[in-house]
Parts: sequence; structure tokens; C-alpha cells
Amino acid sequence: MSIQKPFAITLDKNTSLANHTGSWRSKRPVYVDRLPPCNATCPAGENIQNWLFHAESGNYEAAWRSLTENNPLPAIMGRVCYHPCEGACNRGQLDEAVGINAVERFLGDEALKQGWAFAKPVAESGKRVLVVGSGPAGLSAAYHLRRMGHGVTIVEAETAAGGMMRYGIPRYRLPRRVLDAEVQRIVDMGVELRLDTRVDDVLAMQAAEGFDAVFLGIGAGIAKRAYIPAGDASHITDAISVLHEVEEHPPLLGRKVVIYGGGNTAIDVARTAKRLGAEASIIVYRRTRDKMPAHDFEVKEALEEGVKMKWLSTITEADAGNITIEKMALDDKGFPQPTGEFETLAADSVVLALGQNVEQTLLEHIPGLELKWDSVQTDAVMMTSVAGVFAGGDMVAGGERTVTVSIGHGKKAARAIDAWMRGERYQPAPKHEPATFERLNTWYYADAAKTVRPVLDIIRRQSTFDEVVGGLDEGNAMYEARRCLSCGNCFECDNCYGVCPDSAVIKLGAGKRFAFNYDYCKGCGLCVEECPCGAIAVELEDK
Amino acid sequence: METTIKFYQTDTFTVGNRLLSEAERSVQAGMQRTNALNSGHRACQGCGEALGARFAVDAAMRATNNQLVACNATGCLEVFSTPYPESSWQLPWLHSLFGNAAAVATGVAAAMKVKGKQHIRVLAQGGDGGTTDIGFGCLSGMFERNDDVLYICYDNEAYMNTGVQRSSATPPAARTATTMPVGQHANGNVFGKGKSVPLIAMAHEIPYVATASVADLRDLEAKVTKAMSIHGARYIHIHVPCPLGWGADPAHTIKLARLAIESGLFPVFEAEHGEITGHRAIRAQVPVEDYLKLQKRFAHLFRAPKQVDVIAHLQAMADRNIRRFKLLEKFTSPTGGAAA
Repeated sequence: MSIQKPFAITLDKNTSLANHTGSWRSKRPVYVDRLPPCNATCPAGENIQNWLFHAESGNYEAAWRSLTENNPLPAIMGRVCYHPCEGACNRGQLDEAVGINAVERFLGDEALKQGWAFAKPVAESGKRVLVVGSGPAGLSAAYHLRRMGHGVTIVEAETAAGGMMRYGIPRYRLPRRVLDAEVQRIVDMGVELRLDTRVDDVLAMQAAEGFDAVFLGIGAGIAKRAYIPAGDASHITDAISVLHEVEEHPPLLGRKVVIYGGGNTAIDVARTAKRLGAEASIIVYRRTRDKMPAHDFEVKEALEEGVKMKWLSTITEADAGNITIEKMALDDKGFPQPTGEFETLAADSVVLALGQNVEQTLLEHIPGLELKWDSVQTDAVMMTSVAGVFAGGDMVAGGERTVTVSIGHGKKAARAIDAWMRGERYQPAPKHEPATFERLNTWYYADAAKTVRPVLDIIRRQSTFDEVVGGLDEGNAMYEARRCLSCGNCFECDNCYGVCPDSAVIKLGAGKRFAFNYDYCKGCGLCVEECPCGAIAVELEDK
Repeated sequence: METTIKFYQTDTFTVGNRLLSEAERSVQAGMQRTNALNSGHRACQGCGEALGARFAVDAAMRATNNQLVACNATGCLEVFSTPYPESSWQLPWLHSLFGNAAAVATGVAAAMKVKGKQHIRVLAQGGDGGTTDIGFGCLSGMFERNDDVLYICYDNEAYMNTGVQRSSATPPAARTATTMPVGQHANGNVFGKGKSVPLIAMAHEIPYVATASVADLRDLEAKVTKAMSIHGARYIHIHVPCPLGWGADPAHTIKLARLAIESGLFPVFEAEHGEITGHRAIRAQVPVEDYLKLQKRFAHLFRAPKQVDVIAHLQAMADRNIRRFKLLEKFTSPTGGAAA
């Protein structure tokens, strides 16, 4: 049927939708996920941005489930992790880093309070893995292997599980009820835990019980010693023994305690000595404060509690009731050199905190195991030179010896073991490109400073083993979570949808993000510029 | 228990925010928004006017339950949206001459009254040329008679459609096709000329006058919604950067509008019956240079030797706005708008 048209009009009435302005475009916007700096630096490989996203809306269980996809020990983590994520946090360049560690602790504690449990595997693989050591590396490996449906047996020489988390980290930093609860939650997944079981020949045990693979996580529990000329009546011990004994019966250190070393363990012992009633707890370290391997906040907390520091000093002699120290001076290269100046210091006992070595008995029973010094050499996916034997944690060569690094090792090893048992080699997924501060449009974020965790009153924490750092309450935790900038990952703020002059962004609905309608997108780049979190990239159109 | 601080990550700075309740979100965040100016229009990349028009008309349609007619002056908005017989508009829409949109809207409002359809509201819209110059007589008449029309001016500071000629809304020092920075006018558009139609509208003592910007969506939507709750003559003046005419990156449209507000060059305020009743405070003040430098129309000020005195003159204009409209005083407009 022909339409009666007015004079000189030859076109039909139409909507502008017939005009595909997308053909003008020379560049196109594309939604991407970039790797936020927190995730990139987390030694345990947590998807921090993602669990904060859930915490922001108050869905703490979803947040906890997202967190525990990578790390099964959030309540422990929230207390003992040195949170490199916060050092890398982009918000630090705006006001202050997001208190990631505090929110993690809140989620961990909330899970314990609510009794959230890990899901049992849907199907059993029929494969069995032997895990030696129930420290963070072993627990993490066991958890991830169990999630994949493998049978796991953990053997532990001590009478309780936890490794250095129990026998190295004092109670005032990690209450044992938290440790026990998080270990139990892993055991409840169907992991077998054999305590008081020391294994020297792991290959014999593997053969006897038919395990398909082995994970070693025995830690580094042998204290390094230094030769100090000592009189008969002098009392010299080491940090590892002190921290281990505290767990069972308080050691007798006397009224004046000297700790020799500058790492976190030295700090732990010095603070422990204070709590055991020492009048003087003095750290002697051969270099300066800024050269101490201990974390600055721990040094600060120790000083607040009355621990004294003697920097640029070495112990040359120990006798009953006193020690001799020599003053040091830094040379041009920053190394301490003796000065020939001596001083006497009253000391009932000397505690050596000079680092730890790996126990060798178990290693000696594995023929062909490649070592580096006292530590085990592994490849990129945590397998040792012996096929089917994997290792992680403090016993592995290279890298920082922290709980978080060990948990990361355990996870990576679990994935590698899973692949290995299927005759494959684990290939980690390629990482997204980094979500740098420059990619953010920080205009859109509300101004807000960091919530500070309450710190135990000084007097109380000098005399008891109560936990020093408190937790956030629910309101504060949510506030803190909402300070997250969601770097590099869409958090559904609707900006792209709103600012497109061509209505070429399609909103897919809550939780489904957005899509571009390239029929109409002219490629102006407004959405890219106005995206707060840098989750849109620009690509050139093909000619 | 200590007080829990309410904090919403991006507050109302972003278009939407999943942490806010549905009622607290913007019209533009809604999946059901009308898209009054639909896809396929022929505006340039990053067009501030196309964006401002959709923001404003969507909000007006929601406020009137879609009982809305628009009259449009000649100009970019008309040309790019409706090359006959094709149109992007999703509401009844009349194109008038360049200079008579206000008069045509008056007529439409009168016709609705005669027909007993006063629930159908009338919107008139045009660019700065059609409003501040060519259509100014009709506009003043509409104000003076207090006709029941909301007039929206999308101010991109020159006649962009015809090739970037100066209008009475073109800022001093800007280069346009008719204010080329050459010879005795080496600094571009002269100082001391032009006009502020919002202030002139206030002088008519009409019920409602406001300025708004594409850089503050919540404030813009709140003002349009408020305007539609009032009968009589109303005027909203919306700042809409033009990438083509200003010589700017199309991706910088909102950034420029924001810098105009934050520098004080574009004061955002509202007035009722001739008296100022609210302003949007500057959140993070910036020097005018930050705004000027991103635009080629001011490039002649930054070529050696840098025109320091001219830039200082523009800064003085911004500072005067800040004093006059109290832009550094924490005060949120009664319509909500800018976040604290």
C-alpha cells in the first residue's frame, strides 16, 4: 500500500535507531577486569577486591566464601598477616589505605561466631595425599586438596596442630581458640589429622600406606646459634624454645632478659618476656632501627610496652647476671663494624633470636632431594626435585617466611599436586594487567579516613597475654569495606550507563554488569574517562 | 556501642550506586529510563548537549508521568536529533524557528488549557544562541506573562551548528569563527560583553530559575523535578561542553563541565521569585587554568608569551562568582543535588 506523502518528501517516517552511528567509530570501549594492587601483592593470592565487594553490601557470608576460596584461615590472617596488600592499596594515595586486614579479621570472627562451615567436596577423586606438618602451609595444602575431592592425611609431630602459629606466635597476637577453631573447620571437611606422629622416612610411609603424592611443610624450627663465650652460670636459650615453652609452661627467664636479634621473633620474645614479668626486656641488635628486619609497627608496639632497644651492639660475652656488649659503627657500605668500645649490661638470661634453620632428618631420608643451604629447592609450582614430592612454607628456599606466604605455597602446591596426579603440569592462569592509580577517576569516591582498630590499654597488655589488637564492629567493618575503590573491577556504579550521550550502554541488571551496544557507540571515550575504577579499556577498531 | 558512620563508597557522585536504595538512585541509573533522546542521533562524539538533553528530558518525563510536550528551537539539538522524517525523540516534539521556541511553547500551553488538558506539561528547549540572542524577546515575554512553560537552555557557549560563531554566552578570550585571536583582538572574544540569562530571568521574578551542569547529574535531575512541580514560567540553564566548538577531547566533556564548576567559572545555583535560595558548593577548588588548558579555543592564551594577565582576568571572574554565589560555603541546595 502506497503512503500518501506530503510534497517533496520521499522518505518514510522513521526512528533514529535506523541510523547506526557505531560506523563512525575508530576506537571502541571494552569492559575489562584489571588486577588490583591488593590482589597482586597478596602472598596467599586472595581476591581481596572481590570479597570486599560482597562485604560492602553487608553480605558477609558471601564475602567470607569468596575469601576462603583462596585462604582457609581468615580469622588467623586477620591477626598475624603483615598485610602487604595495604602497603600497595591505591587508596593510600588518596587518603589512607583500606584496612583490609581489619575487615578480614571481622569476616573471620563473624564466620566463627555464625558457625559457617566449608562445603564438603561433591565427589571423591579416590586419590590420597600425605601432608607432613600442620602449619599454615600444610593446612592450606590439605584444605585445597580436600576441596578438589582428594583424601588428605596430615601428620604432625607435636601434640596440637598449627606449627609456628601455635609454637612461634604468642597468644597476645593469636588467641588459641581462634587457631583451634580454624584448624577444626578444615578437619571437619574430612581431613585426617594424626597428632604426636613424627615421620622421619616419608617415602617409606607413602609406600606403606599408598599415598599418591606427598606435601612437605615441616617449617624451619631449629634455632640458629651464635658462639658467645659464656660462663658456667650464664643462662643462654633461644627464641624458638622460649615461644614453644610459653605454650606449655612459662619458662624462667629472670628479671632482666636480653634478646639478641632484630627480627619479628626477637620482638615476639621481648614482648613475651615483659608479659612473664621481666623488669627489663632489652633487644640487642648489631645494626640500626631502620635496618631491623622486624616490621615497624611491631617495633612501635614493643617500645610502647616498655621494651628497650640497644642498636649497634653485639654480645661478646655472657656471664652469670651480666653480659658484655661491644658497640658497633656502620661502615660506608652500611655494614656494622666493631669499635672496640665495651659495655656491661645486667642480664639474668640471654635469648638468641638469630633466625631458624630447617630440620634435616626428614630431608636426609629422601634420596635425590635438592637443597639450597638447609632449605628445599622447589620449582615454580612447588614440586621438589623428587617427582610427586612437593613442599611449601618456611622450609622452602627463597622468599619471606610468613604465615601468609606459607598459605600461598600450600594453595599453589595443592593445585600442582592435583594436576600431577592426573599426569598433567599445573599452569597458573595468566594475570590481568595491573589496575594502577592513574587509571582511576577518584572524583567519584566519597572522602573518608581509615577506621583505627582499638589497641589494648598499655598496662593491660604488659602483664597479660590478652589479644593486643581488637576487632572492628559490624558498622565499622562495613564502613572500612566501603572505602575500597574496587580498582580495575566493575562495581556497578552506573556511570558508563549514565554518561553515554548515545545511550549505547546496556544495563544488564544487578550483578550482571553492562554491555556496549556497538551499533550506536561512537567511540567518544566518555565512559572510559568517567569510570571511577578503570574497568573500561580502549581498543582500536580494525581498518 | 560507638556510632556507625553511614558511608556509601561513591555516595551520590556516581550515576547510580548499588549500595543506595532504589528511591535514592538517579533517573539515569534506572533500567526503565525513557531515553527521551534515543540512540542513532547525529550529535558529535562526546556531545554535552545530547547528554544534557537526555538527562533533563528523562527527568521531566518521569516527573510528569510522561505527560509532556517539547518545543525545540532551531540549533544543534534540533538538527542532530531530527533530520526529517527521522527522529530520536521519544515524546511529542515540535520544531519551531530559531527564535520563537518560547512563543510556540506559550501557544502549546494555551492550547492545552483551552482543551482542558492542563495535566500535559510543556517544555521549551534551545541552545544558547536561540535563547540568549535570537529567541530572547520571545523568552522575556514568556517570563513576563508567567506562562506555564519550563524553558531549558543548553549552553555550549557559541553557535556550534553553523560553525562555531560567537553568541552572547561565549566567554571572554574564547576563540570562535567570529572572534579569531588575530590583530587587535589577539586575545579572542572581548571582555565586558555578553549576558547572564539566568540573572535576567531572575529579574522577571518568575517562580523558578536554576543553573545546572552535565557534571552534576543528581543536582540537574533534582532541579528539573522541582521545576515540574511548579506552575508558571521556569528557566533552567544547563552547561553542556562542546568538544568540537571548544577544541576538546570528546572524552573530556564531563571533566570540563566539572572543572567549570570547581573553578567557579560556572556557578551552580537556584532562585525562587527572584531570590537565590541555594547553591552547589565547590568540592575541590581548581585554578581556571586547569579548565582553560584542556580547550583549543583558549590555546592562544598559553602560547609563548603566555597571556598571564588575560588568565588572571578570567580567574578574577571565577573569584567574583565564588564571592557572589558563596560557592565556597558549605551549603547544599534545598533540592538535594550536590553531596556534602
